Amino acid sequence: MTNGSSISLNQLSLTLDGNEIVSRIDLHIAAGEFVCLLGPSGCGKSTLLNAIAGFLPSGGQLRVADKPVSGPGIDRGVVFQSSEALFPWLTVRENVEYGPRLRGMAARQRTELADHYLSLVGLSQAADKFPEALSGGMRQRAQIARVLVNEPSVVLMDEPFGALDAQTREVLQREVDRIWRVTGCTIVFVTHDIWEAILLADRIVTMTAGPRATIKTIETIDLPHPRDPADPASLALYRRLRDDIGAEVTRVLRAQGLAEDLASEEVAA
Amino acid sequence: MTEIVQVTSTKLNPLRLSMSSGLNRIGLAALSILCGLFLWNIASQHTSPLFLPSPAATLQAAKELMEDGTLVHALLASSARIASGWALGVVVGIPLGIVMGRFAPFRQFLDPYIEFFRFIPPIAFVTLAVIWLGPGEAAKVALIFYTSVFIVTLNTIAGVQAVNPLRLRAAASLGAGPVQLLTTVIVPSTVPFMVTGARIAMGNSFLTVVSAEIVSADNGLGALIWTARNFARTEWVFVGIAALGMLGYVFDRVLRIVVALLLRRYQPTT
Repeated sequence: MTNGSSISLNQLSLTLDGNEIVSRIDLHIAAGEFVCLLGPSGCGKSTLLNAIAGFLPSGGQLRVADKPVSGPGIDRGVVFQSSEALFPWLTVRENVEYGPRLRGMAARQRTELADHYLSLVGLSQAADKFPEALSGGMRQRAQIARVLVNEPSVVLMDEPFGALDAQTREVLQREVDRIWRVTGCTIVFVTHDIWEAILLADRIVTMTAGPRATIKTIETIDLPHPRDPADPASLALYRRLRDDIGAEVTRVLRAQGLAEDLASEEVAA
Repeated sequence: MTEIVQVTSTKLNPLRLSMSSGLNRIGLAALSILCGLFLWNIASQHTSPLFLPSPAATLQAAKELMEDGTLVHALLASSARIASGWALGVVVGIPLGIVMGRFAPFRQFLDPYIEFFRFIPPIAFVTLAVIWLGPGEAAKVALIFYTSVFIVTLNTIAGVQAVNPLRLRAAASLGAGPVQLLTTVIVPSTVPFMVTGARIAMGNSFLTVVSAEIVSADNGLGALIWTARNFARTEWVFVGIAALGMLGYVFDRVLRIVVALLLRRYQPTT
């Protein structure tokens, strides 16, 4: 199996349409590490992920496996929140075969490879279906298989389970945990769900509210996998993260003059 | 892995749907046609046959025109013009639309012409077509080509511009280069728009062929309708109109069936 690559952000600033979204971020992610980016919506965590994916110019301040990122590449697989990212005109297996087919792999060989990864994500039964016939959870599994087939050293996940119901989300979180350990790849996982981050990550990076977002805190989690939400250490961590992020949300609302409305709502509740 | 058990089928079984409501629909359509014929018959009894020939007289005229070969000949002539002009328009319009949709400078370069000519109906070019290409087939095919190519190109451009950027990003991070993005994402994503363009172009080709044949042709359905005037045979006009309607229906049906068979996975809306 593939092994992970390290990711280095060195004073990274990202600008979208003239607005500085994230500002001078320093972060080193070790090879094979599982890092969650956590923060209020609009804090630029997806922007950061898009930069690592190579969708945005990063001016050489961003290195993966010690090489500057200059564009998208198969060493960095991306799982998107929306299953619109799947190709609806291809069956699930054909979607997974997409990468190997681009590289000119022989039909039989790539079908075998695709079937291997489909079974890894538990989708063998649905291989010949089109994405529209699948549930939301299955579509995300298909996206994961389509990325893993390229044997990336980094997997970038942008709120991949944000649109799923709670039960499906829980199942898929365990799956990602397992796949991460099987493949040994580096995972950067964007989420706004604190529990999701606690269940999965080696380290949780929280961000300040944008614009010009920076890193607020970095929490290293040294608890055994699979994580137990009822563990007192998990609970303490949850409270800390909730307060950190809550403070950011309140700060933004206050800046917008909405904090008083919020306070009165809390009283009413 | 619990949610895997449920494979949702978002669509109702199409076979069952067409069994029950299909019969109903055919029944209603037949009833509607009968009502129309009935009203036409009543109306024709109160006017002169020169003004409004009866359904029976029209049928008689159709038989006549069928027997001497005029009708079949006209149908074939018009069909050939529509099919060749339209096919040419689709074959040129799709690649043109893709290139224009994908490469902004190319689109901006051609934009003035598109914006100018889109308001000029093909009929306005009938005279020019005859002067430049002669009274033969070339002029008519060229007019239908002009009709089709615009519609197909504009629809294809719209399709290219509507490609979900998420799919482009996904493909790029899975290893697709610029050419592969075009062939494996943009073209397949645009198929529904191409199909829509081709169908609208087909309808407009019928408008153009009749005008062109009325102005300059000695055969075809447009010519048949126009000649009827010289012989004071209003029922021939009705035969020509009915034949046009049916021909259009057949062409559209064939197109829809071909699209459904060949392009189903691209989810065209037919």
